[in-house]
Amino acid sequence: MTEPREIGVDARMTEAEAGRRSRVLMKGNEAIGEAAIQAGCDAYFGYPITPQAELLEWMARRMPELGRVFVQAESELGAINMALGAAATGARVMVSSSSPGISLMAEAMSYMAGSGTPMVLVNVMRAGPGLGGIGPSQSDYFQATKGHGHGDYRVPVLAPASIGEAMELMATAFELAERYRTPVMLVADGILGQAMEPVELRFRNPERHVFDWALTGAAGRPARIIKSIDLQPEVLERRNLALQHKYAEIARQETRFATECMDDAEYVVVAYGTAARVARSAIEKARARGIKAGLFRPITLWPFPTRELARLSRHVHGILTVELSSGQMVEDVRLAVEGRCPVAFHGRMGGMVPTPDEVVGALKALSGKVERTREREREQQQKRHSGLLEDRTGGHRRATEAASRERTQGAEVGVRAGTRGGGER
Amino acid sequence: MTLNPNPELGVRAAAPRLIYRKPDVLADRSTHYCPGCGHGIVHRLLAEVMTELDLPAHTIAVAPVGCAVFAYDYLNVDFVEAPHGRAPAVATGIRRVRPEAFVLTYQGDGDLAAIGTAEIVHAAARGERITTIFVNNGIYGMTGGQMAPTTLIGQRTTSSPLGRDAALMGFPIRITEMLAQLPGVTYAARGSVGDASLIGKLKAMIKRACLVQIEGGGFSIVEALSNCPIGWEMTPQQSLEHLNGPVVEAYPLGVIVDRWVVSQPAGAGSAGAGSAGGEAPAPAAGAGPEA
Amino acid sequence: MECSVVFAGFGGQGLLFTGQVLARAAIKDGLEVFWIPSYGPEMRGGTADCTVIVADHPIGSPVVDQFDAAVAMNLPSLRKFGPRVTPGGLLIVNTSLVTSQTSARAEINELRLPCTELAARGGDDKLVSIVALGALVGRLGWVTPESVRAALREISAKKRPEIVHTDLGVFEAGLEAGLRVTA
Ligand SMILES: Cc1ncc(C[n+]2csc(CCOP(=O)(O)OP(=O)(O)O)c2C)c(N)n1
Ligand code: SF4
Ligand SMILES: [Mg+2]
Repeated sequence: MTEPREIGVDARMTEAEAGRRSRVLMKGNEAIGEAAIQAGCDAYFGYPITPQAELLEWMARRMPELGRVFVQAESELGAINMALGAAATGARVMVSSSSPGISLMAEAMSYMAGSGTPMVLVNVMRAGPGLGGIGPSQSDYFQATKGHGHGDYRVPVLAPASIGEAMELMATAFELAERYRTPVMLVADGILGQAMEPVELRFRNPERHVFDWALTGAAGRPARIIKSIDLQPEVLERRNLALQHKYAEIARQETRFATECMDDAEYVVVAYGTAARVARSAIEKARARGIKAGLFRPITLWPFPTRELARLSRHVHGILTVELSSGQMVEDVRLAVEGRCPVAFHGRMGGMVPTPDEVVGALKALSGKVERTREREREQQQKRHSGLLEDRTGGHRRATEAASRERTQGAEVGVRAGTRGGGER
Repeated sequence: MTLNPNPELGVRAAAPRLIYRKPDVLADRSTHYCPGCGHGIVHRLLAEVMTELDLPAHTIAVAPVGCAVFAYDYLNVDFVEAPHGRAPAVATGIRRVRPEAFVLTYQGDGDLAAIGTAEIVHAAARGERITTIFVNNGIYGMTGGQMAPTTLIGQRTTSSPLGRDAALMGFPIRITEMLAQLPGVTYAARGSVGDASLIGKLKAMIKRACLVQIEGGGFSIVEALSNCPIGWEMTPQQSLEHLNGPVVEAYPLGVIVDRWVVSQPAGAGSAGAGSAGGEAPAPAAGAGPEA
Repeated sequence: MECSVVFAGFGGQGLLFTGQVLARAAIKDGLEVFWIPSYGPEMRGGTADCTVIVADHPIGSPVVDQFDAAVAMNLPSLRKFGPRVTPGGLLIVNTSLVTSQTSARAEINELRLPCTELAARGGDDKLVSIVALGALVGRLGWVTPESVRAALREISAKKRPEIVHTDLGVFEAGLEAGLRVTA
């Protein structure tokens, strides 16, 4: 680990300034590993894969130094099931991999979710499908948020946009995993894994609890079982319902997001991770060109900040989703927005990253489209108004038909009237 | 004795003499392999053998995940990409629906001896009529030099920074010997790219493994001990010395099992020459599913 | 202020290391910084490059397609990055390896330096990238030379204390060259 440096505090330096100067340069993969260690990770299991190999290598060096467990498994399948075993005994456990490796872990993830086994899994994503390029990508959004393996389950998914945030979220991940007895996933892209940024060496080690479920040997108590199945359908349904209650609770309590420049924003870019950083640059540029843009950045991809996005969609003219994928999160954005404002998408794949100029271009296209639609609406309203005066019966019917046509054709067109109450869930 | 890697050469003494011709099946392009890497040598041997046995036109090969993932760019035969370690299963599928094809997997030690252990063991157990070229460089080359199951005790890698410690990380696997136990395995041998004479012997092993398949034998595998100067953090020269020293000591060269009597030896009959631990060829009966 | 530079050349020329020196210097100056290497199999081709973004505010896009400065330590790097320097930007070309070729762009400042010779003058002809860093800092002043010296001392002291002196000497040689030569 890059050792904490002596802080060269100058008498004239403000505290904030001193803080900025005391930061150290860390590589994303290594910072994530160290944050896990400082968060009290007892055991790490992994298998080499780019672009997260440095994370495994960091653990290979640091964990034995601290007398903790590091095992390079024979495969991702081995790694995740080693994690299952270790976690079942109450150990604080972590696994990391990248897309194809995560696919192999799907089965065990399902078992762990089903049996309530806490674990933190880091995915430094590749540009799939298949073998997948190692360039930066967010092509695993569906995989992460809609289930890796089979069955009715969810896992919290955290998506940092900087190395510092990744470090903070590692502690959060362990916290959530143990609080809710669930696997938790942290997703990053290759840039976040490979880049170096200044970070403060501030770590958090979540409080330890005595688990009333952990397998420690049944001395003096009834034996415990960690499992995902009950044979009678009624009992199994109850087990699944309990999971669903847990997920509802997580959605209520643990949804995280961040916004920037939203106060006067007419257009919102929704993006996470590295895409959000590109969006940040784009917003600055867009504002310089007269487009009032803001950033909405989900930090938990599941639970998705549906409610907040829904609220926001009532006030803004349009939303642009930017991803390093063909458009995956945009589906959740559309579900949240429910047609209250247009939702456009811009993405790149294969390890390509959109430039801020590309995003500004997409914002311009969106705002142009919205302005034209609003113009048309105004004209139509005027016509309708005068038509109503002329012909109170037939004209009114025609106007209503036209309006409903408009609504169905351009699902994205601005029917933002507050008449439909269904947005909030 | 030294094996002549190309028996046709040197028969006629007419000048000018063609010393070597690159087989057409070897693509006309430079590879992405690091300077001094053994993969290129194994590619060439494979290309020569395939050409000599007239195989390219009906070969279906399976590419691994590892540094040789781009083998399909260097060998002009049909190729399918398999997930990491699964090549023997993919090859099984090909074999079962294309009995006439020559089916080949090319795999690294991480691919074959770690993540793909189940697939290689069961392909061998079934006696699948496929040929596996297993390039063992004792390391995960492609991902940056991490420890492989084949890594030597004490060897430093990026994931065993203090050297492989058997107490924590186990012992190197001699997987070809393990496979040779299975009756479905018709031919199993280990060669090396360590020097010119070893390369000649390696070629003979590859040729025999291919013949076994052509003539209807069961599973055949040739392990090629190879160097990875980058992963071993050595110069190419140092890496060859290491290969010819400690690596060969841990992984003895030679034919491990040969249960097939090839009808026409085609100059490959002495593949095991100079080898240790070779088992006498056993009768072919029951060797493979089609035998 | 937000500035980007790419250090590009052969593996072994110390480019990733030099990028990290710049990044550490930026931290010492209280700036934001982002360092990203080209990673993966593309490194096998023998090329190595890294991008460093230095800013006085949180850094947005980590990917740059037009650089304010580029260091081309060999011909392939000149070909790749020469065209991607913004008009008015700085291109440092290592003439120890790139003898006659230029970017042929009048709208950028091309600083041509015999890095090997300058590095030799500083004490070690292998430290070519440190020369380029010196010239970059001398010419553009994104970070202070004191911070670079401190960063060099800090990194080398940990890894190879015996070369701190040479590192610093080579950096001075580059710095001087950057300050002196007018493109
Ligand atoms: C499921 C999965 N896990 C991990 C990887 C990453 N990976 C790529 S190549 C490789 C191993 C390479 O080692 P080896 O098979 O020995 O081949 P070599 O590069 O040494 O020739 C690994 C682990 C992957 N692509 N897919
Ligand atoms: S990393 Fe090793 S195995 Fe891979 S190409 Fe380089 S030398 Fe060969
Ligand atoms: Mg290998």
